[in-house]
Amino acid sequence: MLCPAMRCHRLALGLGFCLLSGTALCLLCNMELRYKGEKPFQPVTQSLYPQPKLLEQRPTELLTLTPWLAPIVSEGTFSPELLQRIYEPLNLTIGLTVFAVGKYTRFVEHFLESAERFFMRGHRVHYYVFTNEPAAIPRVPLGPGRRLSVLLIQRHSRWEEISTRRMETISRHIAERAHREVDYIFCLDVDMVFRNPWGPETLGDLVAAIHPGYYAVPRQQFPYERRHTSTAFVADDEGDFYYGGAVFGGRVAKVYEFTRGCHMAILADKANGIMAAWQEESHLNRRFISYKPSKVLSPEYLWDDRKPQPPSLKLIRFSTLDKDTSWLRS
Amino acid sequence: MQAGLARVQGDPPAGPLLPQSEAGTAGHRQLVEKSRFCLGTDLRWPPPAGSGSSHPDGTDGLGPRQEPDLATQVGLALSLRSERCLQLLPGHLPPPTPLARGRLRGVMGPRSLWGRSASPRLCGLLLVAACLGFYSNVFSLIPGRRQIGESQSTEGGHLQGQAEVLPLSPDSHGGAPQGVLEETTTQWSERDCPPDTCRVPEVPRMVYPKAQLLKPGRTDVLVMTPWFAPVIWEGVFDSAILDAQFRNATIGLTVFAIKKYVVFLELFLRTAEKHFMLGHRVTYYVFTDRPSDVPRVPLGEGRRLVVLEVRSYSRWQDVSMRRMEVISAFSRRRFLREVDYLVCVDVDMAFRDRVGAEILAPLFGTLHPGFYAAARSAFTYERRPRSRAHIPADEGDFYYAGGFFGGSVAEVLRLASACQQAMAADRADGIEAVWHDESHLNRYLLYRKPAKVLSPEYLWDEHMLRRPPFLRKLRFVAVPKDHAAIRH
Repeated sequence: MLCPAMRCHRLALGLGFCLLSGTALCLLCNMELRYKGEKPFQPVTQSLYPQPKLLEQRPTELLTLTPWLAPIVSEGTFSPELLQRIYEPLNLTIGLTVFAVGKYTRFVEHFLESAERFFMRGHRVHYYVFTNEPAAIPRVPLGPGRRLSVLLIQRHSRWEEISTRRMETISRHIAERAHREVDYIFCLDVDMVFRNPWGPETLGDLVAAIHPGYYAVPRQQFPYERRHTSTAFVADDEGDFYYGGAVFGGRVAKVYEFTRGCHMAILADKANGIMAAWQEESHLNRRFISYKPSKVLSPEYLWDDRKPQPPSLKLIRFSTLDKDTSWLRS
Repeated sequence: MQAGLARVQGDPPAGPLLPQSEAGTAGHRQLVEKSRFCLGTDLRWPPPAGSGSSHPDGTDGLGPRQEPDLATQVGLALSLRSERCLQLLPGHLPPPTPLARGRLRGVMGPRSLWGRSASPRLCGLLLVAACLGFYSNVFSLIPGRRQIGESQSTEGGHLQGQAEVLPLSPDSHGGAPQGVLEETTTQWSERDCPPDTCRVPEVPRMVYPKAQLLKPGRTDVLVMTPWFAPVIWEGVFDSAILDAQFRNATIGLTVFAIKKYVVFLELFLRTAEKHFMLGHRVTYYVFTDRPSDVPRVPLGEGRRLVVLEVRSYSRWQDVSMRRMEVISAFSRRRFLREVDYLVCVDVDMAFRDRVGAEILAPLFGTLHPGFYAAARSAFTYERRPRSRAHIPADEGDFYYAGGFFGGSVAEVLRLASACQQAMAADRADGIEAVWHDESHLNRYLLYRKPAKVLSPEYLWDEHMLRRPPFLRKLRFVAVPKDHAAIRH
């Protein structure tokens, strides 16, 4: 029988050895993992592109940075090749939601065809078409890496209802499904068409687009909700830009927060029996004042074809289709 | 025997180790030193006495900072206790002197109390706990993982009762482990800035002039790079909005005052108090080999100074290059927990005008004042292919200055580690880059583009350069010095 003192001695030595070896391994792994975890020089782009010139005239007459240092995207402010080469290896999937309810289903075909030509070429795309009539959604041929999901929603009697329900539907959809399937998501109006490339220059944490009707007017003339009783109220001395409700997007998490916030505000208004002047666009604008977008798209990305194209907008990428609005909404 | 076992089962659960006696206290302090083995596990427990690393205001890691998780703490607590267990055994103690015998009896007390037969079981338990501590350390050392975990939990706060998890990273794609996938997707998005200081925090109601889409602020200079990084000039940003967006950020400012460079500290700190990040929480980290020469400068509210002692090198080139090593080590050990953003600057400078929240970004660099107008072939990049800092003649956006860079702590850690490893590899090959750490910084920023670029307003030398008209403000300027005298 071993003397108890000696047995303990051995155990203690064994324990000490284990600890020492554990510590040594810890140190080694420390260095190993550190090396693996950090990839020092990943030459993502060996791209050859012209050197940015610090002191030359800018190629655009538009403002390119908001006062809170968010880029304003317009033609000439970015290099598509450079961005493509930076974004391609990230293997992102971009979601695109549209609502085609009632008579608006007729726009889906043209919308999807133009999206196939111009929207995020070279990236994985997932279209989510919300409709009350899945049978009315045409099967449009899609390129590789691009999918279409048709989702059923309830149809409401008034078109304003349909419009305000979008925020709720989008936030619920992100929570239930989209967060697993896409990295970025854009929420667009369906009665529009892509006319020129819309690429990764639009990706950001929270992205808004400037409304084509109000980019040149002072903030007092913005059609904000001006009644104090509404949660979308904006005072005369507030406001950066008037953003269009037809285009917004960003990272799924941020868009979720944003749409949920808007939805809550809409619910509060509903409880008070008030509907904002431009429905969810008013709430969107209110929210974008407090939660400023991290990237702003110039009116190139949301244009009204009925207006004459000014020289400062070089390349219209997404614009309205001529339509009889009153008939559509009946 | 039975009684001994019963006593073990009734043993209190693992917790902070309490010194049992005087000799125990001495051993306890020794253990504090030993706990610094693994760089990634710098716990605040046990509270380091007089080591100068504790907060005077006791801020305990508010917000999205890295906290050592419970498993790590428990594991290390037990592993330390087991070390102490070792020391208590007779074979390891010095032969008891008559005077110490009384003390020894106190030290021997616990063991005889537990009973000899309980020790194997206890030691086995301690071994398991040590392994637990080890493994949790290992996994927490994967860089970036913690930050993502933090940001996820903050997002989760909004989603109570809605979705389970809203990952910020595309972990639905492929089987790539989280850490590696994070590395590729954090190329230069806003991911790594702490959630509450990312660019979409709420701003309170404010009144400020409206920006005009058709009237750009500055038409004489480039205000945005082709990869959408703003170039920060006067007239391009609204300081009120940015201060409100970053109001919860804590900024760390690192500066190295080695050997004779301590003379610059007084002016540096006094002017920083007037112009640097006013209204925000600031921590100055002064690295020096002469802690006693650090001047006492009165600091404003929410600002503090931490002096950290480091070794000096005989060559000034080495002093400059080793900064990356120190920054990466301390980022891992401290800065990740204490601050949100890090700003790393040279000490032989003075602040002349506002340097505020407009510079904060996941990663930013500053344009070197001597090269803002030069063609890329004229940049003084390292041109020898043998060096890790090599940049070919047809590549390069800007020439960034080594004396002003920064970003979120995670990104600065990545940058400093990468530069340090590159310099070590070069050293092993017997080559030194032409502009030392600045060359390596330029190579890094070429391939991991910064999210913001600071104009030469943020780093100027009045005595070497004529002030051009587009430079409306001089914010951070070089202090004239006699190079020969100060470096030797």
